[in-house]
Amino acid sequence: MTAYIFKRVLAVIPILIFVGIATFSLVHLAPGDAANIMAGDYAGPDDVKIIRAELGLDKPLSTQFIDWVSRTLKGDFGKSIYSGKTVAELVKTRLSPTISLTVMGGIFAVMIGIPLGVFAAWRAGSRWDRAIQIFAALGISVPGFWLGFILILGFAVYLRWFPVIGYVGPTESLSGWIRSISLPVLLLAIHGSSVIIRMTRASILEVLREDYIRTARAKGLGNRAVLFKHALRAGAIPIITVVGALAAGLITGVVVTETVFTIPGLGRLVAETVQTRDFPVVQSMLMLLASFYVFINLCVDLAYVFFDPRVRL
Amino acid sequence: MTSNAESLIPEETDIYEDPPFGDRIRSLSSSSLKTLRSNPNLLIGSTIITIMVLIALLTLLPTHSIVTRHDPQELSLRERVDPPSSTHWFGTDALGRDVYSRTMHGSKTSLYVGSAVAILVTITGVTLGVLVGYNRVADNIVMRFMDGMMSFPTLILALALVATLGSSLTNVIIIITIVDTPGMTRVVRAVVLSLRERTYVDAARASGASTKRILFFHVAPNTLAPVIITASIYFGGAILTEAALGFLGVGTPEFIPTWGNIISSGRAYIRIGFWIAFFPGIFLALTVFATNLVGDGLRDVLDPRLRGQE
Repeated sequence: MTAYIFKRVLAVIPILIFVGIATFSLVHLAPGDAANIMAGDYAGPDDVKIIRAELGLDKPLSTQFIDWVSRTLKGDFGKSIYSGKTVAELVKTRLSPTISLTVMGGIFAVMIGIPLGVFAAWRAGSRWDRAIQIFAALGISVPGFWLGFILILGFAVYLRWFPVIGYVGPTESLSGWIRSISLPVLLLAIHGSSVIIRMTRASILEVLREDYIRTARAKGLGNRAVLFKHALRAGAIPIITVVGALAAGLITGVVVTETVFTIPGLGRLVAETVQTRDFPVVQSMLMLLASFYVFINLCVDLAYVFFDPRVRL
Repeated sequence: MTSNAESLIPEETDIYEDPPFGDRIRSLSSSSLKTLRSNPNLLIGSTIITIMVLIALLTLLPTHSIVTRHDPQELSLRERVDPPSSTHWFGTDALGRDVYSRTMHGSKTSLYVGSAVAILVTITGVTLGVLVGYNRVADNIVMRFMDGMMSFPTLILALALVATLGSSLTNVIIIITIVDTPGMTRVVRAVVLSLRERTYVDAARASGASTKRILFFHVAPNTLAPVIITASIYFGGAILTEAALGFLGVGTPEFIPTWGNIISSGRAYIRIGFWIAFFPGIFLALTVFATNLVGDGLRDVLDPRLRGQE
């Protein structure tokens, strides 16, 4: 077991090195000169030279890479070309909305998705099952940015229950915070729970076909005991995988959601800096979000060790 | 029986755990109507997609007035943000352009991106998957690279690549293909790894077939079922990603109408002209929903393991 954990944690290192190299190469993959692209169409040759010097693009590639690695390891992610602020500063001011949205969205997605998925599998083939499956299919198919638009149209523009755009921090006003994140969280939860419903339903259905479930029924256990004592315990293991999928969905979802609701978070930062091709920020965000994603997947794999005795062998 | 090698095997030995893919396809096409009727997902999904394809094809015709009614690029400053009417069925946008015509033309772009990505990903994924499934050295190199790529959340990687390569229709297709290739490679690799242990591959090798022949005639055709299912999922996924990039303002440029960039342009007019973003969104959602139905339906029909359980 310790050997497995050790191996799994070590496996993260090459992945992070890959992420680092890929992120670093981004600037050099750009057709033409990255400094030219960043300077925009109206820049003079001097502007381009300044940007090139600032990013160190005039130095040899190997020096650039070593510089970049040592700076990144020290936690210095560089400066935005447009606002002149450091990436660390930008991330700090924009962290709060993103954490609010992803944590609340994730909690609601799990709270809605797992019970509905279990229920659908338990009543497989029934009208409830079909209704839940249709909800999940729609939740996956309907694009988040359009659904967000519809939510704003219905609940904010016509009913006026929530503000149309913007974000209020929880320290400023708690009720304002709840009102400002309600619709975005709803949007994230609809999509997240749809993914969870499908995975949970499939995994519980598989468990319900096992022989030991038939044995449990044959020995006269009631429906409830079969579900809670036997099916759920075994079905819980694949459901952990859901958390990994959910993390990916939330990272992607937050970019779109924050753009729809004009919330100044990390997701909006990614979209904005891609538009302006602010490479230092794009690179740092790519590095940051990928590392976070790798970390979540590591946690999921380690969680298996504790829940699934088969992995320990 | 596709080759002499296989006909050498006595009939009574059970060399196939499930019927060969060719038989499945034959039974599928001979009773395709029956299959469609028994599988409402596939029926509804393929009907919707057929309608979308017809719309897209009609917009290509020189006399496309039936589907589009107006030039999608025609500006009309007097008719800015007009609500839906008998002349402009879906209303007009901020520049007075007909939203209905733009939406119809958008179907062309979306289906083009979806099918281009599905075809390209199938080519790259099958090539790499068969290669790494049969070659240990390549397996170690390529799969480590793929694992690395999969450590990026897909939309974030796509956005970063857009920042690097710039946004154009071709670049959007290339970028989505790059992002989807690791997934397809994994699927093909897993199938190849299980296929190479099958008795009929041993039989082919015993009868002197070369590795190349085994790969092309015995292994590759049998990866078709999972490849078709995965490709159908990526078809819908690509349409959704293209639209998301368009919505974020970094996808296909505005002079080519796509569902994503029409929705994006309508976002600012939510109070005075909800129709600009509303109607293309319905088409987008319907198409993605239909491809998901087709994907689920194909899995039921082509994957005998799942079919057996029902």
